[in-house]
Amino acid sequence: MNLATHVPILAIAVPLLGAFALPLLAKVHRSLRDLWVLLVGAFTVAMLVLLAVQVFTGGILVYTLGAGTPGDTVPEGFPIRIMLVVDGMGAFMGLIAALVGIAGLAYALQYLEEEKGKTLALTLMLLLWAGMLGLKLTGDLFNFFVFFEITSVAACGLIGYRVWESRPPEAAFKTMVMYTLGGLLILLAVGILYGEYGALNLAYLSAQIGQGPLDQIALGLLLGGLLMKAGSVPMHMWAPDAYGEADPSTAIVLVANTQAALYGLFRIVFTLYGGAGSPAVGGLVTALGALTVIVAVLMAVLQTDLGRLIAYGAVSQIGYMLLGAGVGMATLGAAAGGEAGFGLVALQGGVFHMMNDAACIGLLFLCVGAVVRATGARDLRALGGLGHSLPGVSGLFLLGSLALAGIPPLNGFASKLMIYQAAFRLSPILTALAVLASILLLAVFVRAFQGVFLGPRRPLGGTAAVPTGMWLAMGLLAVVVVAFGLVPDLMVRHVVAPAAEALWTGREAYLVAVLGG
Amino acid sequence: MIGNMPFFVSMILVGLGLWTMMTRRNLIKLAIGLVLVESGVNLFLVSLGYVRGGVAPIYTFAPEGVPTEIPMVMPTPQALTLTAIVIGMATTALLLAFVVVIYRHRGTLDAGKIRELRG
Repeated sequence: MNLATHVPILAIAVPLLGAFALPLLAKVHRSLRDLWVLLVGAFTVAMLVLLAVQVFTGGILVYTLGAGTPGDTVPEGFPIRIMLVVDGMGAFMGLIAALVGIAGLAYALQYLEEEKGKTLALTLMLLLWAGMLGLKLTGDLFNFFVFFEITSVAACGLIGYRVWESRPPEAAFKTMVMYTLGGLLILLAVGILYGEYGALNLAYLSAQIGQGPLDQIALGLLLGGLLMKAGSVPMHMWAPDAYGEADPSTAIVLVANTQAALYGLFRIVFTLYGGAGSPAVGGLVTALGALTVIVAVLMAVLQTDLGRLIAYGAVSQIGYMLLGAGVGMATLGAAAGGEAGFGLVALQGGVFHMMNDAACIGLLFLCVGAVVRATGARDLRALGGLGHSLPGVSGLFLLGSLALAGIPPLNGFASKLMIYQAAFRLSPILTALAVLASILLLAVFVRAFQGVFLGPRRPLGGTAAVPTGMWLAMGLLAVVVVAFGLVPDLMVRHVVAPAAEALWTGREAYLVAVLGG
Repeated sequence: MIGNMPFFVSMILVGLGLWTMMTRRNLIKLAIGLVLVESGVNLFLVSLGYVRGGVAPIYTFAPEGVPTEIPMVMPTPQALTLTAIVIGMATTALLLAFVVVIYRHRGTLDAGKIRELRG
């Protein structure tokens, strides 16, 4: 069997199988379970990297499930089978998932405690990973809903599995209500589109779709459902609770999961609707993005809990991505008229910021995990002077904070600059708000850094050494933070540009790849 | 008009569910609201798939003696609905499990009293 042709489905199937086999292997022996997690993780990452290489060099990859050959997409002139369609954007999201997934798993293996549901949490993490990858690679609207729900159930299980504490189940309940409602809105929209066009295949629907009232209603429902899961203001209330209460290894996967919802949003607006009604939708997304940035940063100022502070930072970064993509959507219609330049740059900035955010927010969450593991506390008022006992962690926390606030030459700066420049062309107010929010964010994180790591030693000194797996996970993300900041051009040219291009002008290619010329 | 009744009913169900979720503070009732929305959406999917006089999609080919102008019904909406019901089952179970845990910790189901995580 030629493995290379089956890469897309293996990237989903392996973590899914891995998740369900894991509790059984844990029954045999714990070290077998840990080995299995590493094997599944490494294999999935290899598949995702291979997939990215294939897509970036050879164009869109279509994999039809249940067909004699994977390329047999339209057996009788109609795309009846389920298929996976991976274009530049999907492959890019796959890379983000690979980075975050492997870092999260390596960290979780050492951070989680055996008596406190470690096996369960690892199972759910693999399941969440599989769902996320399915969401990013599928080319079928109903499968999109199914994977959306898989991630919802797995994510909420992960947030709330620590039932002996009072706060995680509450956060999980809140999150579950929002996720499920969002999923149902999407299902309703899928139903409407099916009733109208009699198909669920994204490319087929995209070729048929019109501008009628039903299409508009479906678009509204899809936007609502996906924005709910993305944690945009005013549907953001679940996000800080979820990120703040989950284990740090879970929190970074949750951030990537949120980005998967954003990916869905981009896919719907750019590929399914082809920018129909894009000035209005773009304006809405831009406004929500700006609002999210400001509201989340203002809320971050008030926090006294380290985990929640970073959680609000994570919500604000979603705002930057929405802002970048929103500016892109708003100008997509005008792109034919020759002023494509800045809309595309904004979209590239938004897409690039996904990767950068996954790395720097992830690094911060993992640093908090190390602090919690050493001291057992997260309250900013109780912590202090940890720089003495955890010098490495404090250095990485500072690195992550500076990257998040967009200080050159770290990666956050590279993508934020693209967003600032492009948003300025649409409206200088947007850029002013975004820069202001960044400065506030810097202030918040410098205060947190100073409070937690600087100053004299406190009773909550923390003497436990940080284990190797956690160092490896943090080191991996730190390398990404620094490397992408030093050579952003390379990243933008070879990875980000094809991804943004796939959304911006790739609709035709997407349709041709699935439906044939 | 009467043929469109299922669509109206399903939308009314969705509306009632949303109304419940927005106005009730009891966690169980919140969950009930969510299940109402879900039932509405499922009903919508099922009524989409109904074709008057069509042949049920349980055969590979239409059975002998059925005139060819009678359409075979596409089984997709039913399959979708079944999947959606199963998923809904799982999410509802998980949601109610969280309600039980929250009740054990707090001794109340009033959403206004237990929001420790507000702000």
